[in-house]
Amino acid sequence: MVRAESVYLSGRAERISGIPDSERHAAVVRITHWINALSFFGLLVSGFAILLAHPRFYWGEAGAVGTPSLLDLPLPFMKGGPSGWGRNLHFLSAWVGVLNGCLYVLSGILTRHFRRDLLPSKADLGWGSISRVVSGHLRFERPGVETSLAYDVLQRLTYLAVVFVLLPVMIWTGFAMAPAIVSAFPALVTVLGGQQSARTIHFFASDLLVLFLLVHLTMVSLAGFRNRVRAMITGRGAARVEHT
Amino acid sequence: MSKILSRRKLVTAGLATAAGAAGLGVAGRLADRYGLIAPDRHFFYGVGETLTYASQRILLPPHSLAREFDRSQISKICPVNGGPPDNDAYQRLLAGGFADWRLTIDGLVARPASFSLADLQRFPAHTQITHQACEEGWSFIAEWTGVPLSYVLNLVGVSPRAKYVFFFPFPEKSFPLGKKWGSLDMPDAWHPQTLLAYGMNGQNLPTPHGAPVRVRVPRQLGFKSLKYLSRITVTDTAKDFGKGWGSSSPEHGFSWYGGI
Repeated sequence: MVRAESVYLSGRAERISGIPDSERHAAVVRITHWINALSFFGLLVSGFAILLAHPRFYWGEAGAVGTPSLLDLPLPFMKGGPSGWGRNLHFLSAWVGVLNGCLYVLSGILTRHFRRDLLPSKADLGWGSISRVVSGHLRFERPGVETSLAYDVLQRLTYLAVVFVLLPVMIWTGFAMAPAIVSAFPALVTVLGGQQSARTIHFFASDLLVLFLLVHLTMVSLAGFRNRVRAMITGRGAARVEHT
Repeated sequence: MSKILSRRKLVTAGLATAAGAAGLGVAGRLADRYGLIAPDRHFFYGVGETLTYASQRILLPPHSLAREFDRSQISKICPVNGGPPDNDAYQRLLAGGFADWRLTIDGLVARPASFSLADLQRFPAHTQITHQACEEGWSFIAEWTGVPLSYVLNLVGVSPRAKYVFFFPFPEKSFPLGKKWGSLDMPDAWHPQTLLAYGMNGQNLPTPHGAPVRVRVPRQLGFKSLKYLSRITVTDTAKDFGKGWGSSSPEHGFSWYGGI
């Protein structure tokens, strides 16, 4: 039997033989993960509530009913209600998410979590290696024990894109819709082509985050939901159970 | 030994908690004194509102100017939400071209005053082409003409104790303070782009846009640019009006601060 943690996480693994558990996630990662989950849920619900006030998107500086739109969602216009509490919840959740995210990124840099667990190696980034991982996923191959505790190159790139591209884009386009912030930093909105462009990008980037969440939840389910959730709560998860 | 240790731990934890609570209390008082706490700081959502407002007031330069646009960028369609005050007094003034309309300014001012539309139009005018976004998501760009609020505040002599400038539209039967009333803090009240606007896109301010005079606050969302003004009151507290949350919008679930 291979002790998988010896491949990637030997330094932190429990060394008592006979216990198949292995350390998957550091405490900071686990805590920030669940706070982030809560914050993301708040942002998603409240973002949808705000969207319902005007489910229509434009490009450029300005746009309103009567002007050409980029996208009309098949949703009702709900004036006067959900956008009020929606915005309050959106900002509360955003503050939790941003402060929590700062803690996560800072600790990820200091503990070398990003470099060790998320940054793909040069060899992993070759086309041969990527296509091998992709074809493995397409054939629903389960990873071997020795690799199940480390992220494959697709996971690594996806997590990095979410943390360092999509979430910063959400914050940036959110700032670009704030008239007080934009008055101090006009480039936030001018490089995007206008306030309505910022709103539209905010919406599409949030769609990508929802897509990530769906894939993330699907993968967790396929890999063994209880075990993976337990690993993200207690930090420990059996490496073998899901592969027997 | 373990008893002493646990007692020591208990005392330390107690002291730390007390110090933390006292620190939070002092921080809250200081923040309030320096105008960093929004008047609608209540309940669960007040945490987010206060963090947003305080961090913007601390981190953003007070005199940053909203972007101004070219004439060619003025929107062809400038929608509105809501209609004019629903009463005879307003209709009579409207029919008379607002010749008898007065804007009173009172509260913490040295020389309370009442201005006619002609008075305001005699004061130095300022014109700006700015973007106005509704909190719902839509927006338009328009040219606004008016007198800077700071000019009028200087005329009446604002007390150094002033913390808010309240704006009230025409009173209506079921809304003694007007349907939508609210306030600005002093940084936005003194801001050079904050106007008492009587003109829009080269014409008199159209009725649906708040005739005869509305306030224009280009560094905040559209709902802070209150319409159909009839009275301005300078105060050092938000507690005297409505539920004391600084404007009618928090009473309908929206926030007081619209810089977002």
